[in-house]
Amino acid sequence: MKATPVSRRDFIRVSALAGGGFALSLSFPGDALAQISQALDDTAKVFTPGPFIKITPENIITILAKNPETGQGVKTSLPMIVAEELDADFATVVIEQAGLRGDVGAQFAGGSRSTPDNYMLLRRAGATARAMLIEAAAQTWGVRAEELSTDKGRVIHAATGRSLTYGQLATKAATLPIPDERDVKLKSESEFKVLGSRVGGVDNPAIVTGQALFGIDQKLPGMLHATYTKCPVYGGKVVSANLDRIKALPGVKDAFVIEGTDNINGLLPGVAILATSTWAAFSAKRQLQVTWDESAAGAHTTAAYAAQAEALAKTGGATVRNDGDVAGAFASAAKVVEASYFYPFLNHATLEPQGCTAWARDGGIEFWTTSQTPGSGRDLVARTLGIAADKLKLNLVRAGGGFGRRLANDYMVEAAAIALRTAAPIKLTWTREDDMRHCFFRPAGFHHLRGAVDAAGRLSAWHNHFVTFGYKNTERPASSAGMSPDELPARFIPNYRLDQSLLSTIIPTGPMRAPGSNGLAFVMQGFIDELAHAAGRDPVDFRLELLGPDRVVPPSQGQRGASYDTARMKGVIRLAAEKSGWGSPLPRGEGRGVAFHYSHQGYVAMVAHVAVSTDGVLKVKHVTAVADVGPIINLSGAENQMQGSIIDGLSMAWLQEMTYDRGRAVQTNFDTYPLLRSTETPGMSVHFIQSANPPTGLGEPGFPVVPPAICNAIFAATGKRIRSLPITKNDLSWS
Amino acid sequence: MPRYTLNVNGQARTVDVPADTPLLWVLRDHLDLPGTKYGCGIGLCGACTVHLNGVPLRSCQLAVSTVAGMAITTIEGLSPDGTHPLQTAWCEHDVPQCGYCQAGQIMTAAAFLRGNPTPTDEEIDGALAGNLCRCGTYARIRAAVKDAATAMAKEGAK
Repeated sequence: MKATPVSRRDFIRVSALAGGGFALSLSFPGDALAQISQALDDTAKVFTPGPFIKITPENIITILAKNPETGQGVKTSLPMIVAEELDADFATVVIEQAGLRGDVGAQFAGGSRSTPDNYMLLRRAGATARAMLIEAAAQTWGVRAEELSTDKGRVIHAATGRSLTYGQLATKAATLPIPDERDVKLKSESEFKVLGSRVGGVDNPAIVTGQALFGIDQKLPGMLHATYTKCPVYGGKVVSANLDRIKALPGVKDAFVIEGTDNINGLLPGVAILATSTWAAFSAKRQLQVTWDESAAGAHTTAAYAAQAEALAKTGGATVRNDGDVAGAFASAAKVVEASYFYPFLNHATLEPQGCTAWARDGGIEFWTTSQTPGSGRDLVARTLGIAADKLKLNLVRAGGGFGRRLANDYMVEAAAIALRTAAPIKLTWTREDDMRHCFFRPAGFHHLRGAVDAAGRLSAWHNHFVTFGYKNTERPASSAGMSPDELPARFIPNYRLDQSLLSTIIPTGPMRAPGSNGLAFVMQGFIDELAHAAGRDPVDFRLELLGPDRVVPPSQGQRGASYDTARMKGVIRLAAEKSGWGSPLPRGEGRGVAFHYSHQGYVAMVAHVAVSTDGVLKVKHVTAVADVGPIINLSGAENQMQGSIIDGLSMAWLQEMTYDRGRAVQTNFDTYPLLRSTETPGMSVHFIQSANPPTGLGEPGFPVVPPAICNAIFAATGKRIRSLPITKNDLSWS
Repeated sequence: MPRYTLNVNGQARTVDVPADTPLLWVLRDHLDLPGTKYGCGIGLCGACTVHLNGVPLRSCQLAVSTVAGMAITTIEGLSPDGTHPLQTAWCEHDVPQCGYCQAGQIMTAAAFLRGNPTPTDEEIDGALAGNLCRCGTYARIRAAVKDAATAMAKEGAK
């Protein structure tokens, strides 16, 4: 085992120097490669105009990938933005994953923020370097910079047919002052070569050959393998454990209780086992017997929550918003519809379970982490364990899925606490069962709705009594359990009222892909559909009318939400209708459903086409998706995110539910918490309206739209309205 | 501790591990072959799929004591240089999102195409129904398998 792992970058750059390919590199020891690579860095000849770009005289162009890669594609798409303005050939640049550092802006993967937060920053970084390379060429040739152009990593003087590679200019460029970024000219979008094209993920070759990439793949010299067992009732303390017996098991090096804290998002109490292999640790975990303090369990059971919610619905709740004259509008309505909607708790269920590698030495800790919020993870460790943040070094490694689960850093602080007990590096690996039980679950929600349509068939009033959860209280909604008073159709109808009641829970909740929206869109778009049918209106027309004339609707006073561009939303709805053949006849037992939702700055509409057999077997035949997130960065990645959102949305709407029995998660693996399988994959068509707005993210906004589109299609096919998820709990048979 | 000699990717590899150790963890922890992934530990997700005498099986369910002497192929040994038609097609179609399940998908598909070189879409979906993809890349997986089948047929016709 070598102490210095050889990076892909070292491989490529030394291979390039040796004039060979990858195969040649394999015959050299890794530390020799790293040494040569380091020597290259040490020369002043390398052009490094800021943290994002490095160009060597050997013409190795390295671009830093700044944010955590969890499958959303930012390790490819963010460097594409740099390469565009640099005018480098993306196929030949080396992408280097950044660790957590202080000079590249915020580093996190959440809120679909990577694209909007970094687009201009990375464009300017690329353009600045390009301007300096042009200046270096101008000085070399004694010509004016304005006479020069660039293409695929070369500066070109068209008048004389001369050109130099960026590598040939690197040494000179390194001596030039870095210009003020305000003086640097950016490309116009019509000049883009890389952005908007289809680029495969930069890690694909390593993924398809099984290279060590992911959190769980990390390996260090003398590393021990760790498990951590927590109380199935959240936050329960260890009373006693059979540690002596565990320590005597084969391969076990140590076992100990970690006192933990009462921070539900931090270091919870538990029992750590350190062993010589993952299997030794997992086997010992099976023998572990812990007496827990489970006194918090109480009545925290799914059925009890439902009963409490129903009782609360009969009370008034606290009025959060009350526009117009809701009571009057109901009194004068042509039709009134009442319905109760429910969506369950959910688990992120990333395919790579949570885990983290950590090595405590020299008064600090080095991490190899899959965190989506590494800065918060570092701060949590520092705060919890009393270590200065600057003593914590974080390497960011590819995560086998995020979906918001890795916004929390519980596994990281656990790894840190375990690592502090040994001189050896440790890798903490959660079992699937650990991962299923200990999640920050998407909170369930109960909505009790009344809606009115007037004589003209317009939506005239909306009253929702939202029953949600507070974490150990009934005053403040738990994480991701709240609802904005601006949630649609607020601001779009004159008479709107939102009341809210809270149930107290001990179940930890947190953000999951499009938090809030991922449940609310099902309710809002389902009930809007009910009202459209009650009004005898076409569901597409009814929605377009609800959105009203083209305009930008600002957030209500005191609300932090974003403005809502009705033209963009109507645009995606119209295109979804057009591309899906909306309105064309279908056989009995088939139907189309439409839904739209705005979240994370993205405008998305979908039309689902389903078939339901008379005995109630659902087949989702096709989903047409349209998104307006401005210009697309990587068309291949963008389509993949939208298709993935459709499959993920189907999984959740159709199949998934977490339930609890006396404070414990009931589902512990994929046998009881299923994921959609290949055989259930619908046809999918994805369209983008590339409007002239700043580009925004695509990891989240597609996901919430899927469940209502499917459920509305089921209604069109069968006349059965799905008001409670998952769909499998509903009888879809018809005659 | 018992000693086992395994035939992994054409090489004899010897390990000293308890008899009940799943092949998955022998590969990952003892043989430095991390491409085979842990997803569920109960044979449900397919992330740990390897070939045993050419048959795609869940390595989390195979005790090391039962596989000695049989030919074990992992994603690292699917082709000498990472250019199996499935690996090439996976890159061309840009299949992965997070990528965690893909080694298992490719191993299942490779064994499937040996038995069915000209599959329909439905047959591909059926063959891969035991391999979960949390990110939802099934449509691209299907397209990549189909392309790989075509490429292999051309290769075979040469």
